[in-house]
Amino acid sequence: MSFRTPRQSAAGLGSGKSGTGHWWSMRVSSVALIPLSVLFVVPFARSLGGGYDEVRALYATPFHAIAAALFIAVGCHHLMQGIQTVIEDYVHAPAWRTAMLLGNAMLCALLGFAGVFAVMKIAFAA
Amino acid sequence: MPDGAGHTPLMADANRGARPLSPHLQVYRPQITSVLSILHRATGVGLFPGMVAVVWWMLAAAAGEVYFAWVDGILTSPVGTLIMLGSAWALCYHFCNGVRHLVWDAGFGFELGTATRSGIAAVAASALLTLLILALV
Repeated sequence: MSFRTPRQSAAGLGSGKSGTGHWWSMRVSSVALIPLSVLFVVPFARSLGGGYDEVRALYATPFHAIAAALFIAVGCHHLMQGIQTVIEDYVHAPAWRTAMLLGNAMLCALLGFAGVFAVMKIAFAA
Repeated sequence: MPDGAGHTPLMADANRGARPLSPHLQVYRPQITSVLSILHRATGVGLFPGMVAVVWWMLAAAAGEVYFAWVDGILTSPVGTLIMLGSAWALCYHFCNGVRHLVWDAGFGFELGTATRSGIAAVAASALLTLLILALV
C-alpha cells in the first residue's frame, strides 16, 4: 500500500502539472544563450556571403564548430519551449492544441538535429 | 442533474458560454511595458524562420559548393538580406529584453520608472546591436 497522501503527490505541481520545471529550464537555456548567441552570430554574420571555402574553413575549427553546434542545439530547445508556451496560451481546441504541440516539438527537434549534424559534417570532413 | 426535490439546480450550467467576461487586452491603453512584453513574444516566435534559414545555410555548406552558392545567394539577395536583418534585430531585441527579464527574475527593477527606463534601454540597445552586426557583414 502507498503511504503517500494525495497532498504529498500534488506538492510542487501547479496548474501547469509539472511545477516550475518548464519555467526553470527556460531560464537555464536563456542564460546559456547569452554567450552562445554572441559567439555564434558574430562569425556567422561575417561569413555570410563570404564564399564556400571561407565558411568551410570557419566551421572546420573546433572552437567555431562547438560554438555553432551548441548555439543551434540550445537555441532550438529554447525555441521549442517558448513556442510551446505560446501554443498553450492561445490554442484551446484540444485536437489543434495537441497537433500543434506535437508539430512544434518535432519541427524544433528536426531543426536542432539537422543543424548540429551539418556543423559536425563540416567539422569532421576537414 | 435533478436534485432530490425534483428541481434542476440552476447553479451548475446556467448561462454557460454566455457569461460576461472580464475586460481583456483591447480595453487597456497600450503602455511601453505591455507593448514590449508582446514584442518579446513576437520576436521569439519570429526567430523560428531565422533559425530555419541558419540551419538551411549550414546544411548547404555541408552538402557542397554548388548548393551552398545557391542558398547563400538567396540569403544575401535583397529579400534575403531583409529577412536576415529582421532576424538579427529580433534576436538583438529578444536578447536585450531577455536580460531585462532575467533581472526581474532575480527580483530587481520592478519600480514603474525603472521598468519604463529599462524597456527604452532594451529597444535602444537592440537597435545599436543590430547596427553593429550590420557593420560586421
